Parts: sequence; C-alpha cells; structure tokens
Amino acid sequence: MRVMAQMAMVMNLDKCIGCHTCSVTCKQAWTNRSGTEYIWFNNVETRPGLGYPRTYEDQEKWQGGWELNSRGRMKLKAGGRFKNLMTIFSNPKLPSINEYYEPWTYDYATLTDAPAQAHTPVARPKSLISGNNMKIEWSANWDDDLGGSTATAHRDPMLKKIADKVKFEFEQTFMFYLPRICEHCLNPSCAASCPSGAIYKREEDGIVLVDQDKCRGWRKCVSGCPYKKVYFNHRTGKAEKCTFCFPRIEVGLPTVCAETCVGRLRYIGLILYDADKVLEAASQEDEQGLYEAQRDVFLDPSDPEVIREAERAGIARDWVDAAQRSPIYALINTYKVALPLHPEYRTMPMVWYIPPLSPVVDVVAETGEDAEDTGNLFAAIDALRIPVEYLAELFTAGDVAPVDAVLKKLGAMRCYMRDINMGRDPDGAIPAAVGMTEEEMYDMYRLLAIAKYDERYVIPPAHAEQAHSLEELSTECSVSDYGGGQQDVFGEGSGTPTPIAVENFQMLQARQTSDSLTGPENKGRRVNLLNWDGKGSPPGVFPPKGPDS
Amino acid sequence: MSEFLFVVVPYVCLTTFVVGHLWRYRYDKFGWTTRSSQLYENRLLRIGSPLFHFGMLGVVGGHIIGLLVPESWTNAVGISERTYHVVAVVGGLISGVMTVVGMAILIYRRRTTGPVFSATTVMDKVMYAFLAAAITLGMWNTIAGSILTIGGEYNYRQGVSVWFRSFLAFQPNADLMANAPLGFQLHALVAFGLFAIWPFTRLVHVFSAPVGYVTRPYIVYRSRDDTRLGSHRPRRGWDRVG
Repeated sequence: MRVMAQMAMVMNLDKCIGCHTCSVTCKQAWTNRSGTEYIWFNNVETRPGLGYPRTYEDQEKWQGGWELNSRGRMKLKAGGRFKNLMTIFSNPKLPSINEYYEPWTYDYATLTDAPAQAHTPVARPKSLISGNNMKIEWSANWDDDLGGSTATAHRDPMLKKIADKVKFEFEQTFMFYLPRICEHCLNPSCAASCPSGAIYKREEDGIVLVDQDKCRGWRKCVSGCPYKKVYFNHRTGKAEKCTFCFPRIEVGLPTVCAETCVGRLRYIGLILYDADKVLEAASQEDEQGLYEAQRDVFLDPSDPEVIREAERAGIARDWVDAAQRSPIYALINTYKVALPLHPEYRTMPMVWYIPPLSPVVDVVAETGEDAEDTGNLFAAIDALRIPVEYLAELFTAGDVAPVDAVLKKLGAMRCYMRDINMGRDPDGAIPAAVGMTEEEMYDMYRLLAIAKYDERYVIPPAHAEQAHSLEELSTECSVSDYGGGQQDVFGEGSGTPTPIAVENFQMLQARQTSDSLTGPENKGRRVNLLNWDGKGSPPGVFPPKGPDS
Repeated sequence: MSEFLFVVVPYVCLTTFVVGHLWRYRYDKFGWTTRSSQLYENRLLRIGSPLFHFGMLGVVGGHIIGLLVPESWTNAVGISERTYHVVAVVGGLISGVMTVVGMAILIYRRRTTGPVFSATTVMDKVMYAFLAAAITLGMWNTIAGSILTIGGEYNYRQGVSVWFRSFLAFQPNADLMANAPLGFQLHALVAFGLFAIWPFTRLVHVFSAPVGYVTRPYIVYRSRDDTRLGSHRPRRGWDRVG
C-alpha cells in the first residue's frame, strides 16, 4: 500500500442553476490575458449539448485518454510513444480554434468616434485572432439552455449512443447543467502525452500542473486530454490548464469557482488513495466496472492501518484528520451518491458529480402527481429511461444501475425529509428501501442541503509555513522583485515569470476568515509609521500597558 | 580576407551561438517554445510542417556524415568514392526536395494566413531569410556542384569538410575554404549567420527535441518546490516551521 493524498471536488448537479458565475470568476482570476481569450478553465455546459470544445466527448474522433491494447495493457488512445513523437510536427488530432470558438471583442470606439450619420453607429465584432471583422457563429456556450439545440443537439456524442430512443421534441426535452474543470486525474493522459515532461502531478495533493518553464509547446497534452481541459495559449506558445487554484488551496481556501458558486453546489476535500492500485484499476477490462474499480482505489481514512501507512508516507496528521472529515469521501464512498465523469476514458478523474434528479422530478410534477412521493418518484426513475440512460452515458460508461441507485437515494431523501419538515412521523421504510438507515439518510441530507462553508470545504493548508511569512511583508522590500530586467524581448510573456507569492494568499486567507473588516484579529495591527505623526499610541506599536501605569 | 571570412567570422558566430543559448536558457525559459501556429491554420501545416521537419532531419544527418566523417575512414571500410557519392547525392536530393517543398508551403502559409502572419515577429522574418538562403544555396551546391558539375568537379570531402574539422579542432585552415567554389563559401557563411542568430529565434526549440520521452515513465510526479514558495527565497536565518 502506497498512500497518497488527492485534493478532489464533487459537484451536486441538482443545485446548478447554470448562472456561469464560476466560469466568469475563474476567467477573471486566471485567463483574462492575451492569448487566453478563448480559454475557459471552468465552463458550464447545457446537456444535452455539444459541449466545449464541440463534441469533445467523441473519442473516436479526438483520440483522447487511454485504451487497452490487445494484451490488456494501458496505451494512449492516440498511439504509443513512438507514434506520439512522429506526429510532433503537426498534431493530427488538435482541435482547431473553430471547435472552441474564435474569440472576439467589439469595436466600441465607433460608438463615440463615428461622425454624424443617419443611422446609429454599431460596434461591430472584431476577431481577437486576426483582428478583422467577423461573424459570430459559435462560442463556448452557444447552445446554452438548449438554445438552437434542435439544430445541433443531435451531434451530442452521448446522445448519439442512445439515439434510437430519443426524439428531440420540445415536449420530451430534459436538460441540466454540467460545470466542468480539469479532472486532476489519478492517471492523467495529458501528462503521459507530454513529450517534454512538463505536466506533472503534485505528490502532496495530486493537483496536475503545467510547468511553464519546461513546456515547449508540442500541443500533445491538448489532444491527449479526453476532457479537452488543457489549452494552448497561442500568444505564449505554452499549454495552460486549470490549476485547482493551488495557491488558494495551499493556504486552506477553496478554489475560486467553488468560493463564488451561487448554488453552493461544490464540495472540496481530501481523498487518500492507494497509488499502487491505480494502474490495475484503470486497466479494468469492463468499462462499466471502472466506476467501482476507482472507488476501490480510495482508502478509508479511519482505518488504523491506512492511518499508519499514511504516516509512513509522510502525510501530516492534520491531513489525515481532514481526510476523515472529507465531504468527498462521504459522498463517494459512504453515501455513494457521487459518480465520476466518463470513467471509460481510464484516466481516473477526481472531480465527481451527483447526478441531477430534477429531469425526473420535473416530469412527475408536470403530470400533476405528487413529485415527492416515494412511490411516484421510484416509478418515474424506472419509467423515464431516457434521462437516466443519458446520465449513465456521462457518469458510468452506460451502466444504468448505479445511476438508478443514486437517483433513488436522492428521491428517497426528499420524501423522507418532507415528512420531517411537515411535522409528520418519519417513515423508516423509505431509507430502508434504498439500503440506508434513518440516521445515515439524515446525515446525507445535512451534507447535501445545509452543510456550511467549513463542512463543504475541508481543506488542510499545505505545510509550507515559513517563519519569515509570520512577519508578512513588514521585513522586506517587495518592490525589488518585480519589474526587474527586460521583459517581452522574445514576444509576449517572455522573460522571467512574476512569481505567485504565498504571502499574498496568506494575507488573503487572513482577511477572508477574520471577523473584522480591516485586519486579522489574531495579529497585532500593522501601523504605517510613515503616516504616524507621533501623537498618541496607535494600537500595535507599543506593548499593552500594565495595570499600575 | 579569407582569414577573416573563414576563421574570425565563424568563431564569432559560434561563440554567439553557444553563449547566446546559455544566456537564453538562463534568462528566458518561459519563451523557449516552438511558438506553434497550428491553432490558427491546420490544412497547410499538416503537409508542410512534417515535410520540412523530416526533410531537415535528413539534411542535418547528411551534413553530420559529410562534414565529420573523414574520407579516409569510409575508404578504410571499403566504401568507394563512387558509392559514397551516389548515396550522398540521392539522400541529399530526397531530403533537400522535402525541405524545400515544405519550406515553400510554410512560408506561403505564413504570408497568406492572416492570424499566422500577424503572429510573426521581426526575429522570425530575419530567421526565415537566413534559413531560406542557407537551404537554397545548399540545394544549389548539390544540384549544380554534384549533379550538373557546373564549374567543374569539387570534392567537398577534401575541402570544406577538412576545413570544418580543423575549425572544430581550433586549428583552422582558411585556405581550404578559400579554394572552394563560391556556392560552398556562401552556403557556409550564411549558415554561420544563421547560427549566430539561432539562440534569439524560435529555432531554440531544436534543442528541446523530446528524446527523453521514449524512456521516461508516463506520469511525472513532482514535489512542491519549497524553495520557491514566496516571491523570492527567504534570507538566511529564516527557517521553515512545521
């Protein structure tokens, strides 16, 4: 057993209202630079829909992820090492910019500069790639809320698999939102495809990152990732991807997408897993067995033997504690309501989803029946095969049974809790019907419905404490590190990088978690001595006076 | 004059080449990339780029054999002058044509595709000029010198190659080069010009040819770099806690 820790996320899709706040805040934080206009580390797709980039799930076309070779061994779907190197001069499977979308801005100046004319001046869209006028024909979210889906949705690769049963008619439609970030896989095929070895998985928390100094722009990771969550910055010529907001995670803050999520649907926590079993689990022959196989890789953080092995592997005690309180472990392994996205790609993804019950509930409610009656809901889950099969294509490689089980648990939870909320006697038969005790069901309800910030995000800070940073910036001149040297000699973004300073994030964390508005309560207030006129004694400058003085 | 052209200039260029790369690698690891434009345009690149690059690999291989392997060695193994010549010309012609056709496609693409052209820096244009000149002159030497024998037979293995080896051994013999045909002289000079600007162009990506990929494990694990946590290394006396 080789215990490793992995920072993971679960999203509860029933709560997603498709507001795109996560995408926007993520973009503001990470990809608002030139060359990254088309890049969304976090995007929210309407399903059924084509996704972003278009039809990325069609691996027969894009050849992302892994497959088993004839001897049952893992092999990159795009081909082995030699083929990978032979196609290095022109990646045959790289999605073109049109598969994402051509980014644009508007010619706003015309609105104010235009001379007097008969018609109101218009700000025309200008391509951010070529600078020319362009016609906007696609974007990251063109089919949002099923907009135009009658024309495009039949190309959804997941819908195609169950196409014979689906009639895309207005009365029969269903939809839900799927927010996606990088999966930070246990067996990342982007890292395996990188010729330079620039993509690595961090030993401490499993976050998958691109070393910007080692990336040489071969673009193999872009095509290697089946989720198409590694992007090519066309200005700097380097690959970029979701960082799981590692500077925030390191100081115990949730990612920006999670922090700003309006529906509070994201959970972040640690998972301990057995690194020795990853490859074996990913090589599972039956695609539909991959979900269970991946669950088996996860270790029970309360098991004394696991705790002992974790200690031997150098995992700090507070990390083990955090793993025991992890909402992720509870949702995946205790309640078994979270499912991985496309386990059939064999990358062992680590952002899991609680499938939405709402398509089913909506249909029941429309019939005028009681949508929170156990009998009605269970019958509907059995009867409404199309949404369920579609969900199964996304989360369990087409196996309906686990999706059924999750939806029934969620349905049972609604019915059971309604009795309690209405002041009626709770019906123990409802949890029993889905194999849970009343207590478990209530705990699951607490975690899914009312878990507070501290319960949704159980993030132990990285052990990167520096005595220096206890003094924050007061003992150094931070100016000296910025703006030095010539920048941009070899094109945009060249030169030495501006480092991400852990100090800034520690201050951010202190500010965000303190009760007062101005400064951290647990530290002496900092006083700007340059502004102090010498009168009085500002707090924090002198030690507190004794009682006798 | 020949001392200057075939001793001083080459050494200056070689120095720029070596020192420039060291400096660029230290200073600008982030800018060390292929600067691929495949995202903008793929149809022409799919044909042009592999043609050019594979052709170039052949050309470089041919140069290494032609310049570094002395004639006496191949004679000793029993390869006759005639056999060597035929193999070299055929190989050179094939890779040369691939390179030239690929390069033509790539330059055409760079000029006519809007986004690709606007992403082209001044350094790129200078580099293209030197590269294209070197390749054209090399092609000319192969066709005119070795096949059509315009201006008489010239065995570069007794001239240019010997000069190049003497140059590498720091005992340069400029006379050998001064007696070579003009085509060879120009080719060598342009090539050394290309070497001089090399470290300041996107050509640096040649030195990150990912040969290590063949043997490394698929998944790379790395520990967080604890020496680079803050904006700079803490001064002496500030220890880690915990």
